Amino acid sequence: MAQIIGGITTSHVPAIGRAIAKNLQQDPYWKPFFDGFIPVRNWLAEVKPDVVIVVYNDHGLNFFLDKMPTFSVGAATEYRNADEGWGIPTVPAFQGDPALSWHLIQSLVGEEFDLTTCQEMKVDHAFTLPMALLWPDQQWPVKTIPVCINTVQDPLPSAARCYKLGEALGRAVASWPGNEKVVVLGTGGLSHQLDGERAGFINKDFDLKFMQSLIDDPKWATQYNTHQLVELAGTQGVELLMWLTTRGALGNQVQALHRNYHIPISNTASGLMLLEPTA
Amino acid sequence: MTPQAPIPGTVIFDGAQAMKGYALNKMCFSFNDAANRAAFVADEDGYCAQYGLNPQQREAIRARNVLQLIAAGGNAYYLAKFAGIFGLDMQDIGAQQTGLTKEQFQAKLLAARG
Repeated sequence: MAQIIGGITTSHVPAIGRAIAKNLQQDPYWKPFFDGFIPVRNWLAEVKPDVVIVVYNDHGLNFFLDKMPTFSVGAATEYRNADEGWGIPTVPAFQGDPALSWHLIQSLVGEEFDLTTCQEMKVDHAFTLPMALLWPDQQWPVKTIPVCINTVQDPLPSAARCYKLGEALGRAVASWPGNEKVVVLGTGGLSHQLDGERAGFINKDFDLKFMQSLIDDPKWATQYNTHQLVELAGTQGVELLMWLTTRGALGNQVQALHRNYHIPISNTASGLMLLEPTA
Repeated sequence: MTPQAPIPGTVIFDGAQAMKGYALNKMCFSFNDAANRAAFVADEDGYCAQYGLNPQQREAIRARNVLQLIAAGGNAYYLAKFAGIFGLDMQDIGAQQTGLTKEQFQAKLLAARG
């Protein structure tokens, strides 16, 4: 049986891509952020996952407002990055795992998650940068499956719904007859707001409470609706939906093998967690 | 559903905004492609006309004013592609919207460390 061996949650802002391109990992501004990934890379080198399910939100590379799926799952043999308009270098293509993708789709739709399936899917910085943080040489040693959640256009799926999607993903992986070791990588957040007079909003208290809740009381954030999450975490801080989906996939109990929190990278409070299922 | 109190300084990009801003966002979405960015720079009027921007959107583009672009239905993620043409990053955009210098805006972010 395939097994989810861990969940990783991290911020994904484009400025990370600029910092990588300019080799600023040891720059004083960036060092506290990049150094946070060293223990996660060590863990990955030890556990050697086969597949990474990347739970992320597209920012207008693959999807436009003409068609905006709430939940979409990739089912391609390969996923490519492309020019997003503001000039960070693209990264090498990612290998897909269509057989496992279709199994996940079958299982999720069977559980009444009415997905959009994508046999062609460009993956944006929210997918590529976290992968580049985990494998800086960009020689991806894993297959990937994109799971994309709409955070562009209201109404967004609720926090409670995203948590349930994660739980269903967990069951879907567990029912796959292969022996793959799977990591779920949820990207986005934490608190930040790019638009409006409220731009620059960051809520450290909320972020720290949210991170702790994923260990102690994982459904804590599901009490909030989207509007409340925007108020607490900012218009883009709502990307914590990816973290909740990831946490949902990990089962009842987890332990945190590592965490980091740093303000700011660009306009964002950055968070990082490595969670291991324990029950 | 009960209406919820607006969040100051925040426009929720909902169905109404998505309809209002469709042409503007579609143009900005096109800036994923370098050839389209070059075409906009070469003939801004012509490019905006091609996407059917309304006068409010056209003026907001002309003014390079992010708050006006949001009021005209612009979505932050697509507007970022427009800003990219001018080499502006998110802190430039944040500073412009909050009426701060970039240095002041950066200081505001640092202050969130508490």
